[in-house]
Amino acid sequence: MSIEEKVIEIIVEQLDVTREECVPEASFIEDLGADSLDLVELIMAMEENFGVEIADEELQKIRTIQDAINFIKKKKGLAS
Amino acid sequence: MPSRERVEKMNLKGKVALITGGSRGIGRAVSIRLAGEGAFVFVNYARNEEAARETLRLIGEAGGEGQIVRFDVADTKAATEAIAGLIREKGRIDILVNNAGESRDGLLVRMKEQDWDRVIDTNLKGTFNGCRAVSYAMMKQRSGRIINVSSVVAQSGNAGQANYSASKAGIIGLTKSLARELAPRGICVNAVAPGLITTDMTSAMTEEQREKVLEEIPLSRLGTPDDVAGVVLFLASDEAGYITGQVIGVNGGLYM
Ligand SMILES: NC(=O)c1ccc[n+]([C@@H]2O[C@H](COP(=O)([O-])OP(=O)(O)OC[C@H]3O[C@@H](n4cnc5c(N)ncnc54)[C@H](OP(=O)(O)O)[C@@H]3O)[C@@H](O)[C@H]2O)c1
Repeated sequence: MSIEEKVIEIIVEQLDVTREECVPEASFIEDLGADSLDLVELIMAMEENFGVEIADEELQKIRTIQDAINFIKKKKGLAS
Repeated sequence: MPSRERVEKMNLKGKVALITGGSRGIGRAVSIRLAGEGAFVFVNYARNEEAARETLRLIGEAGGEGQIVRFDVADTKAATEAIAGLIREKGRIDILVNNAGESRDGLLVRMKEQDWDRVIDTNLKGTFNGCRAVSYAMMKQRSGRIINVSSVVAQSGNAGQANYSASKAGIIGLTKSLARELAPRGICVNAVAPGLITTDMTSAMTEEQREKVLEEIPLSRLGTPDDVAGVVLFLASDEAGYITGQVIGVNGGLYM
């Protein structure tokens, strides 16, 4: 499974949204209805799944699905 | 039959619980009580393995099941890893009772920095360590109960216990904040504030000190570990599903 697919799979499960809603530019808070607790849970799920650590400062910059995908790729040394 | 229903609602069958400081005193009574209602109980201790084994034996006698687990609650790394391990082992965590605590009494004017730090580290940071280590698992489960053991002196203050009462008042702030943070996931976080309970911790009191506090306790007796365990069981049970962010005094009326 590609990083994109895996990220979207995690989002679908955590935020209880459909795959169709998960377009790259969708914002977690505005478009996908996440609250602060949802975001924390989502980030922790990503940390668990990808074996990376995401600092709180970095968290602020992750607003959309594309941000999350880019971030994970960068962490994994697979810069897009 | 309403009474039968009530009994079932206190039932903890299938639940997994961790009691910190379960080897003696209040923690032992809580461990036995929750295990007696069917929860699998991890009995934590710091030094006293023999006492922890005795708790486990008493759990068996009550028809329950459990396991002892050693870690210092003040040691963030050790506590976090140990708790993660037992969550992995059981695949869930339903009840956490942050009960481990210690006191190092003395008037503030002569209090040593180490005595301040140690009491804050065990009581307050230890509670933080426990809460943090279970929160994510409980969030994912969308259920859980955290019960923190504070003290009446958090509310009333007590000469000679500035460090201890500060740590216990800190636990109340932590409890209320975490109750707000975790409420959207259906997790309840409460505190119990025992008054004077007969355990090793209070055995050092002189007869004179005892007489004096007895005069101030409307129910005119000291409490027992079971008095506290009953309230913890209630807060851990389905009966208490609409209670969060509260501090329940178990003090014979010493503080109202
Ligand atoms: N007794 C009272 O009147 C009273 C009143 C209000 C509140 N409380 C609170 O109730 C709780 C239990 O008190 P108690 O009277 O039952 O005390 P206790 O008889 O002295 O027992 C203390 C328990 O905590 C454990 N413990 C201490 N430091 C620890 C650490 N760093 N890591 C892990 N475990 C540790 C001990 O384990 P080991 O056996 O391994 O040493 C023991 O099981 C405490 O939080 C206390 O502050 C007590």
